[in-house]
Amino acid sequence: MKIFATYNIKGGVGKTATAVNLGYLAARDGFRVLLWDLDPQGAASFLFRVKPRVKGGGKALIQGSRPIDGAIKGTDFENLDLLPADFTYRNLDLLLDAAKQPARKLASLLRPLKADYDAVFLDCPPSISLLSESVLHAADLLLVPLIPTTLSVRTLDQLTEFVGGFNGHRPEVLAFFSMIDRRKRLHTQIARELPAQRSDFASAAIPALSLIEQMSVQRAPVTAFAPRSAAALQYVTLWQEARERAGLADPAAD
Amino acid sequence: MRTGSSDFVLEGDAGASPGPLDDLARGTGGVASWADDGPARRIRRTWLDTFDWRLYRAGLSLEQQTNGSGSDLVLTGRDGERLAVQPVPPANGRPGVSWPTLVSGLPAGPLRELVEPVAGIRALAPVARAESRVRQQRVLNADAKTVARLAVDRMSVTYPARATAEPRLSVSAVRGYQAQADKISRALAASPGVRRGSATALEAALAAASCEPGGRASRIQLTAGMPVGKASAAILLALLDAIEDNVRGTIADVDTEFLHDLRVAVRRTRSGLKLAGKALPDGMAASYRPEFRWLGDLTTPTRDLDVYLLGFDDMAGWLVAAAPDELLPFRDYLERERAAAHGALARGLRSARFRRLTSQWRAALTGVRADRRRPTVGQLAARRIGVAQQRALTAGLRITPASPAEDLHSLRKLCKELRYVVEMFASLYDPAQLWQAVRELKALQDCLGAFQDAEVQLEEIRAFADRMLTERSAPAATLLAMGEIAAGLARRQQRARTEFDGRFAAFAGPVSQARLAALTEAGSA
Repeated sequence: MKIFATYNIKGGVGKTATAVNLGYLAARDGFRVLLWDLDPQGAASFLFRVKPRVKGGGKALIQGSRPIDGAIKGTDFENLDLLPADFTYRNLDLLLDAAKQPARKLASLLRPLKADYDAVFLDCPPSISLLSESVLHAADLLLVPLIPTTLSVRTLDQLTEFVGGFNGHRPEVLAFFSMIDRRKRLHTQIARELPAQRSDFASAAIPALSLIEQMSVQRAPVTAFAPRSAAALQYVTLWQEARERAGLADPAAD
Repeated sequence: MRTGSSDFVLEGDAGASPGPLDDLARGTGGVASWADDGPARRIRRTWLDTFDWRLYRAGLSLEQQTNGSGSDLVLTGRDGERLAVQPVPPANGRPGVSWPTLVSGLPAGPLRELVEPVAGIRALAPVARAESRVRQQRVLNADAKTVARLAVDRMSVTYPARATAEPRLSVSAVRGYQAQADKISRALAASPGVRRGSATALEAALAAASCEPGGRASRIQLTAGMPVGKASAAILLALLDAIEDNVRGTIADVDTEFLHDLRVAVRRTRSGLKLAGKALPDGMAASYRPEFRWLGDLTTPTRDLDVYLLGFDDMAGWLVAAAPDELLPFRDYLERERAAAHGALARGLRSARFRRLTSQWRAALTGVRADRRRPTVGQLAARRIGVAQQRALTAGLRITPASPAEDLHSLRKLCKELRYVVEMFASLYDPAQLWQAVRELKALQDCLGAFQDAEVQLEEIRAFADRMLTERSAPAATLLAMGEIAAGLARRQQRARTEFDGRFAAFAGPVSQARLAALTEAGSA
């Protein structure tokens, strides 16, 4: 089981869109996929038409009073399940703080699902918190969407330095440009030059297109409802790079 | 990921879409609506099992499903849950595996590992074929979220007979929405023209073709008061069925068990002629005895070589000084010998003599009439079992550490005879009591079998070595490796000989003998 996390300290940079589309593409490839919507706003749950509610809330999950697999819902797509968001997730930091080894908590919660899933996608809320630290510790590959600006590249360097200081398991970092506005010269220039210079950058780059915004209307991944669109094709490339980087082998026949 | 499913059968007009679905919408208070889940799929289905239905009996169903995009082997369990799926590469330019095949012919993977211990050395062959047209629909809740999937499967059976199966409707819950799926199932169950179905797809296909899974019911039911002639004829007819059932598989060399089962039926027939021959019309047993002896002898060379080849890997594991590769010329030699022996066997089974034997034997048995002057089958069974038991006991008690191998072989034959006679009349007795009565006998037979098989194989390996040397078909290293195998066989024989005293003492002991005696007392009443 490989754990992918979409992470950025900033909001509105395309984390949920990435988790939802890559999760869908992984499932389409035959992998058994779980997407955990950790954001109390529940955007991923909304996109998959699943009520953002978990019995017992985040407390029951973190404290282990309810098994995590009891909260999982199947989506409309074969092989793709969702662990929905819950409004109580806004308190996850406090709950983690009270737990033993909070930074390792998410990894230990996911361990029992190892036999059931090939890939887990963690859709994180934008923050630097105990929750995000626990996500960083659990992940095998951090997918970091960046808006092509100099500042966001600096943030990436800070993140890489932070996870580089972990003892034991360290996630790999794969950054990619997201929400590229083709009309902005700086965007296109940075998006063209940086991936060629740095090994932690994917060649895929997700354009800012209204089609991606349409996901909240269609309530489905763009890779599902417009699979030949430019946006979908970029997600396909990104998934291939992410899969390769994480070393996810071909799906086993069940 | 979907979990939990329930199945229904659509009767009569209900099979016409979307009949039951309309009722479903009403039955669930309008909560559910539905949407097509892609176009209807056509699937060619071939169900596989061994000739004696080992998978079915173990609650497994193995199916090859072929559609436009390729072919998969699907293994399902008793409750219809998928245990393993294995894509199969094309064979002979066509998608799928070429049947029949031994388990080793399946693609390597978890599916093969699950099937292997159940099917053992038996080949997998098609037991049914059908073409399914599956239309799938999604059941949506008020948020237009899929909570369950309905699949209507219209199946046209093409083998073992052409037939149309009743459409089957399955409801599969999407994970986390079991309550909604249950509600849908309840609504469907209450819909007119819909009934709950418990049959698997294979059972439904076979039922449509007026067949039953599990093969021929070969057990006949005797009663103690039956006239012995009629009962003996019924037993011998069942054995003739078993012989004929296994002829095709033996000739086609599908797997080695066809020949084994054929031989068992022939040996039992010969024992039956010996034990109950007097109950048949005058001269009948005497005239058929030589023909069944011919048939038995015809099968021996191939079976002996089969035993060698089936145990070959085990024997190769005994090698200490030689490398397993050095035995390969021996294996090649055995395989060539076996091919020649099988050729002769197949010619014999295709011959006019064999056809004449089976057809005349059947006619003769069918013509046997009840003769009230003779004893009942219960009386005959008691007498025959008593005599066979006494003969085995006497022969066994004479065996000393100095007895030659032939004496043990003779005792083995007497034990076999006792076992056959008990099994021949098995339906007269309580199964639990019967099992207890033959427990020690079985253990003794296993020991004598191991001793005698090793004796025969030792003789044979010497003869093989002689011939291979004469034909210059084996290098010295192979002959040396065969020497190690011979030593292993001698050890195995010695072990069996050491075990013999204990096994015979258990068989000859008062408890075991009393059990056998009690069996016949109960049955002869």
